[in-house]
Order: sequence, then C-alpha cells, then structure tokens
Amino acid sequence: MSRAQFEERLFGVLRWVVIAFLALITLAPFYYMVLLSLKPIDALLLDPGKLWVSAKEFTTATYQEVLRSTSEGGQGFLDMLANSALVAVATVLLTLLAAVPGSYAVSRLRFFGGRRVSTLFLAVYLFPATLLAVPLFVMFARIGLQGSLVGLAIVYIAQTVPVSVYMMKNYFVTIPSSIEEAAAIDGCTRLQTVRRVVLPLALPSIMATGLYIFMIAWNEFLFALLFLAAEPEKWTVSLGLQQLAGGIEVSKTVLMAGSVVLTVPVVLLFFAAERLLTEGLTSGADKG
Amino acid sequence: MSTADSGRARRTRRRDRPRTASERENRAGLAFVTPTFLVVLVVVVLPILWTVLLAFQDAKLVDIQGMGLFGNWTLDNFDSVFGSPGFWSSLWTTLLYTVGATAGSVLLGLVAALALRRPFRGRGLLRGSMLLPYVAPVVSVAFVWEIALSPQFGVVNEWGRDLLGWDDPIAFLTTRDYSVDLLGLHFELPLALLTVIAFEAWRYFPFAFLFLLARLQAVPNTLEEAATVDGATLTQRFRHVLLPQLMPVIALLCVLRFIMSFNKFDDVYLLTGGGAGTDVAAVRVYDFLTARYDVGAAAAQALVLAGILMVLLGVYFTFFAKRVQEES
Repeated sequence: MSRAQFEERLFGVLRWVVIAFLALITLAPFYYMVLLSLKPIDALLLDPGKLWVSAKEFTTATYQEVLRSTSEGGQGFLDMLANSALVAVATVLLTLLAAVPGSYAVSRLRFFGGRRVSTLFLAVYLFPATLLAVPLFVMFARIGLQGSLVGLAIVYIAQTVPVSVYMMKNYFVTIPSSIEEAAAIDGCTRLQTVRRVVLPLALPSIMATGLYIFMIAWNEFLFALLFLAAEPEKWTVSLGLQQLAGGIEVSKTVLMAGSVVLTVPVVLLFFAAERLLTEGLTSGADKG
Repeated sequence: MSTADSGRARRTRRRDRPRTASERENRAGLAFVTPTFLVVLVVVVLPILWTVLLAFQDAKLVDIQGMGLFGNWTLDNFDSVFGSPGFWSSLWTTLLYTVGATAGSVLLGLVAALALRRPFRGRGLLRGSMLLPYVAPVVSVAFVWEIALSPQFGVVNEWGRDLLGWDDPIAFLTTRDYSVDLLGLHFELPLALLTVIAFEAWRYFPFAFLFLLARLQAVPNTLEEAATVDGATLTQRFRHVLLPQLMPVIALLCVLRFIMSFNKFDDVYLLTGGGAGTDVAAVRVYDFLTARYDVGAAAAQALVLAGILMVLLGVYFTFFAKRVQEES
C-alpha cells in the first residue's frame, strides 16, 4: 500500500472518530444537565453513573421549586427571567440604535477622522472587562445607578457596541454602492437612501448582530455580580443561579433545573436563527 | 438631488456656492458616526482613562463618594500590586492558562473544521450542536462541569472507577497538584489548572471552528486537485496547500482568543473561585474590588494586566505578524 493510500484510509477512519468525539463532548454535558434536572436528589446520590431516568424516578418538582416565587417558598426564577429578558432586549435595541448608523458611516462614507474612529472602535474591543469594571463600579456607586437594571444595560451596551460595529461594517461593505447611487439619482436624500435601500438590504446582518448582542447580554455574569449582588429582586437568571449554588443547601438537581431554565431560551433562539448568526459572525472571514 | 439640495442650502444658509459632494459626505459621515462615538466615549473611553487616574490614587470605596477626580496622588497601589504575595505566581498562572486555552480551542476548532469539511449525513445537525458550548450561558455550563466532575456524585468519577479502574475519586477542581507515576517517573500535574484550561478550550473551540470552516470552504478545490495530480498525499496537501491558506485566520483567532482568555474572569471564578492554583489575574482584580473595597489597588492591578497584554501583543505584531502575512 502506498503512502497516499495509507493516509487516505487512516484519516478516513480518524475522521469518523473525531466526529463521534465532537458529538460526545458537545452533546453529553447538555444531556447530563437535562437528565439530572428530572431526577430527585436521592436517585442521583444512589447511582451517580446512571445515564437515564426511570419512569418511577421521573420528577418535575425541581422545576416547580426553581420557578415558584420566593414568597411561595420557591427560588423566584420567573421574576429573574423577566429581569434578564428586559435587560437583554433593551441592550439589543439601544446597541443597534447606536451601532447601525456608526457602522454605516465607517464602512461607506469618507469623512474627517473616519479611519481613526474606526480604529478606535476596534481598539476598545481589546480592553478587558475587568479594566472597565472598576471605574464603572465606582461611577455607578456615585450616581446611584448601582443595583439598577438600567446601569447594567448601559454596561452591556458598552460591551457590545464595538463588536456590533465591526460585524455590521463587514456587511455594509458588501452592498454595492451603485445601488445607493441609483437611489440618489432618483432623488433620495442620504437619510432616505439609508432607510429605504440600505437598511432593508442589511436586515439579515442587523438581525444576526442583534441575536449575538442578545446572547452576550443574556449570558453575562461579571457585571451582574458586581452591580446587583445586593439586590435579590433585580437578579438576572445567571446571577440568581450562581447565588443559588452558593447559598444554603440547595440540591444539585434543583441547580440543574435552574441551569436548564437559563439555557433553554438562548439555545432556542439560537437554533431558530442559526444560519443567520453563523453567517453574520463570520462574514468577511472567508475573504482572507 | 443636487439641485434640490443646493437650493435648500442657499435658502437656509445663504451660501453662494452649493456644497460639493465630498463636503456633504463628510457632514453625513460625522452625523452618522456621532451617536456611536458618544456611546463609546462615555461608557468605554472615559472609564478607561479614569482607571488610569484611580490607579495612582489612594481610593477606597467608602470615601470615594466625596472624593474629587484628582488628588491623593500616590504610587502605593503599584507597590501593593507588585509586592503582594502571589502576584508573580498569579501572572505565571494567567500566562499558562491563556496559552493553554488559546492553543486548545484553536487546535480543537481546526480539527473539527477539517472533520466537518466534506458533507455527510447529519452534518448540519452536528454543526449546529457543536456551537452549543459557545452559545450556552457560562453559569449553567460551569455548574454542569462542576457536578459531572464532582468526587462524590459526578458521572466522570463514577465511570472512571467502573471502566478505567481508578482507585480513588479524583477531585478535578480542588486538586492543586496531582501526583502521577508513569514508567517510573514521578511528576506533579496542576490538575485544577488543566481542568479550567480544558473547560475554556471546550467552550471556545466552536468560535474557532466557525471561522476556520468558513475559510476552508472558500479554498478553491482546484488547488487541492492540482496537488493530488502532482502526487501529494493527504498530509502533504494539508501542510502545503490548506495550512498556508488558513494561516491568516489561525493567527487572527490566536490573537483574539489570547486577549479574551488573558482577561477571563467568569469561567475560572465559577469553576474554582480562583483556588487550587488557578488564581488568574482577573480574579485577583475582582477580589481587590469586592473583598477589600480597595478601588485603587484593583485599578492598578487591572492597569498592570492591560499593560502586560499590550506588550505581548506588541511583540507579536512586530516580530510575527509580518511573517504570517508573507507566508500567506
């Protein structure tokens, strides 16, 4: 057998090994999460290695405990879901409002200082969240935004604007400028051109960016911990789950039910728009 | 448009000469970029500048309310950062963690992209599910790992004992050094650190995978076919045809992941709380800020970190970035 044939066969087999391995490491943890959330804690302690749940053990009491409001003895995750959704949606809308015109200008218009501004947006992306955390913490403590959802949304906007500009900029570049020129000849002002021609064309990219922002805001943990830890009624789901784990004896199966509650919305949204998101995120990457 | 526009301009501003197209473009550009610029200025640039100021001040959270923007200048914060026990070891840990996590996620992403390059049944489904670790909230996946690796009721230890014959359960997240005897050699593995590195690589390989797959699919088939005709084997085609095509993307991914992992807080904090030899620098900043309310020291530590990151990136861009570009 020649070297070429040998390699073809070897990697032909290895490929399937890799595929199986990838499927295992990406799916198994999530299967495990759902599995444990449907078991009572005794069943887990009795046989930790069991990878299915029998009809006798099956329970949804864990979910009831997580979702019930605190006044009824539950963990109040429904309110936290509302908080998370509120912050995430506000972040998406405000970030897009700020980033769409900015990315259009940076990609399309030649203006004084344009290239420097565009570098600034990228450079900002390089600064660590921890560097921002200290001054924002102090600033919010000063103006009384500490412990409020508004403050949190402002921080998330800061975190997402630069990357949003970058993502949408790559898309705006691909829209042929002849379309805009045609609109201009037909008598559109710049603003009309943007609203009637460019925005509809860029809608897929804008939606993908919006989804990505939503994901970041929904999953974020550090700033929620810094700003909201002292105010239980304003906790987001991420923070609530972490506090639940650190608090008084809460069984691991309830913790897993909380994890499922936290994960499901963002995963559902992601699968609903997977194509959109992956293309939006990597557009520009394939141009070298 | 131009006549209508210039007419309006003349009426409102009494200008003699209509604005040129480039003047109008300049104005539109400035107008469009202003909101973005203001947001970035107020919530990113100004706070960063303030961090620099705070790092040189004696600032505790209790008295910051009444404090002016300037005053109390001191270098004490840097003294306490560099002099505090564990600063250098924490920096070393951060570097190990960053390099390990970056290399791990990019390599795994590359392997995944190569494996999923050609279509097969269920590829779309697998491609989607492979993004799960990246999309799912960090808090919930960190807890899944914590429970799965638990020595008391974790599935990993249970199966390890049943199938692999482990004698004792292994506490992956709380063991600083794990003694291993292999072929008569004895060495210590920083187990908790390796576990958080594995977690980070697992969580971020989909990111590398996405970018690499997109690039792979843009490589024209003719290149590889030509190499095959010339008698190149599979590994030779990878080394001499595909890899040079991928190199710019790999370099970009390495830089991005390096920056992100260097500043990573959530993952380590949630998994180990910074214990058992995983005290990365970002967790130390958080500790300064919340446990001691020492804003000045936290700012100084964050600043030192950012400085080190800049130096590393500077070294990379001066010595290596050019070479990658030439190769591609």
